[in-house]
Amino acid sequence: MFDVNKIRADFPILQRTVNGAPLVYLDNAATSQTPQQVIDVIVKYYSEYNANIHRGVHTLSQEATDAYEQARLKIKEHFNAAKAHEIILTSGTTHSINLVANGFTSLLEAGDEIIVSAMEHHSNIVPWQMLCERTGALLRVIPMNKEGALEMDAYLELLSNKTKLVFCNHVSNALGTINPIKKIIDEAHAVGAAVLVDGAQAAPHIRPDVRALDADFYTISAHKVCGPTGVGMLYGKEQWLQKLPPYQGGGEMISEVTFEKTTYADLPHKFEAGTPNICGGIAFGAGLDYMNAIGFDAIASYEEALLKYATEKLLKIEGLKIYGTTAHKTAVISFNIEGIHPYDIGTILDKLGIAVRTGHHCAQPIMDFFQIPGTVRASFSFYNTKEEVDTLVAGVERAKNMLS
Amino acid sequence: MSIKEIQEEIVDEFSMFEDWMQRYEYMIELGKSLPLIEEQYKTDDHIIKGCQSKVWVHAALEEDKLQFTADSDAIITKGIIAILIRTFSNQKPMDIMNADTDFIDEIGLKEHLSPTRANGLVSMIKQLKLYAVAYQTQMN
Repeated sequence: MFDVNKIRADFPILQRTVNGAPLVYLDNAATSQTPQQVIDVIVKYYSEYNANIHRGVHTLSQEATDAYEQARLKIKEHFNAAKAHEIILTSGTTHSINLVANGFTSLLEAGDEIIVSAMEHHSNIVPWQMLCERTGALLRVIPMNKEGALEMDAYLELLSNKTKLVFCNHVSNALGTINPIKKIIDEAHAVGAAVLVDGAQAAPHIRPDVRALDADFYTISAHKVCGPTGVGMLYGKEQWLQKLPPYQGGGEMISEVTFEKTTYADLPHKFEAGTPNICGGIAFGAGLDYMNAIGFDAIASYEEALLKYATEKLLKIEGLKIYGTTAHKTAVISFNIEGIHPYDIGTILDKLGIAVRTGHHCAQPIMDFFQIPGTVRASFSFYNTKEEVDTLVAGVERAKNMLS
Repeated sequence: MSIKEIQEEIVDEFSMFEDWMQRYEYMIELGKSLPLIEEQYKTDDHIIKGCQSKVWVHAALEEDKLQFTADSDAIITKGIIAILIRTFSNQKPMDIMNADTDFIDEIGLKEHLSPTRANGLVSMIKQLKLYAVAYQTQMN
């Protein structure tokens, strides 16, 4: 049974105050908060078995290696990958994307085409622009409409036998739109292109099945799913990961080294040079455990109700406009009030203890599309409550009165 | 009045308020009396980098004193720049260069002083002082 008060008690940070008011944390799309269960795992690691992994003969090293590999298995199960070595542990989504973009340098030729969507995070635009500069490939963009949905007809027209790669987020960070990712993948495969899905904003809300989606690559950051920062996942189909060259050289990723030639280690170690974020990887697994114990179906239906409630209440404020109004979206509300700068609203909300994000959300092309400097973004999690929505709405009204 | 005297005057005005809301409302009021920058100067050259909202500042030397004009698309930011300009305008470049800005803390806007704060109060102070340095160099 989903009990939000019981869940909230797991998160020590939710008990604190900000500027004298109880914290209302609505910046979950930037990072999720950490439950005690995950904090305990981190403390236990450093208190009991902190050691380097994959090479020690001693007990601590063995325990740490087991826990780290156990976490990889959990991640594999969670995303329904076929094999554990298809899960590469990275420093996060940005690292994962750069790893793939770098790897494709040797697989592309001038004139090949790469397609990205118009609603990408900068981290899913810039690496591809850099890849295009290196290879002479061309970057094409799937446009979006006023509701914040991708124009699928335009996408189909962009696809051709020149298309080698398609990159798209599963869920837009700035708008919350859930993209028709299965269709995007199927159509790309029909012309022989590979697809990388940025799942950073999807994973906190839905449980992606990489095999059902048939994604070639799928990436997330642990800190969006109750885990720590600085660790994330790149899922890649085995045949793709074998095709890509290593990204960084170093320890851990080699099989044999002489000064004449180095042979690389097998997957996943080929892409995991150096000492990894061991504790982070273990805590990543613990974050997924925590969310799975609540259940993603329960999370999704709770958040959907919260989104509906918040949308209805916010829209009652005169002059408030929501960006990203498709029926199919996660619990993210990007909005502005006519004539008021989002930064001003964010500042007043902060004084009231309400944490939101303001600005362009690392998605400037979206802001340019709507011709706005930015938005106020309230992003909800399963530990937020209707009462917090009421506090937000009252805060926005207060800000509006002060600022207009 | 000297920069110090103006700052003391501002601290005095803000001390009348009991809570942050009144202080912010007053700051917004002050923003409305900001000497506005001429439209022709609202260019990228005059934008202060490091602010989430746009802030334009222009400086001109009249006799031996600097006159600042500015504008912002966010009204809290406009209030902040208005306070800074009130202390620095009609002052000699050398005095602006040497002025401290601790009064910001005293008027309850301490949180805006963090260099990582997105509003860029620190960038604003730096830019105003850079103007002073530039004009001082010209005068030497």
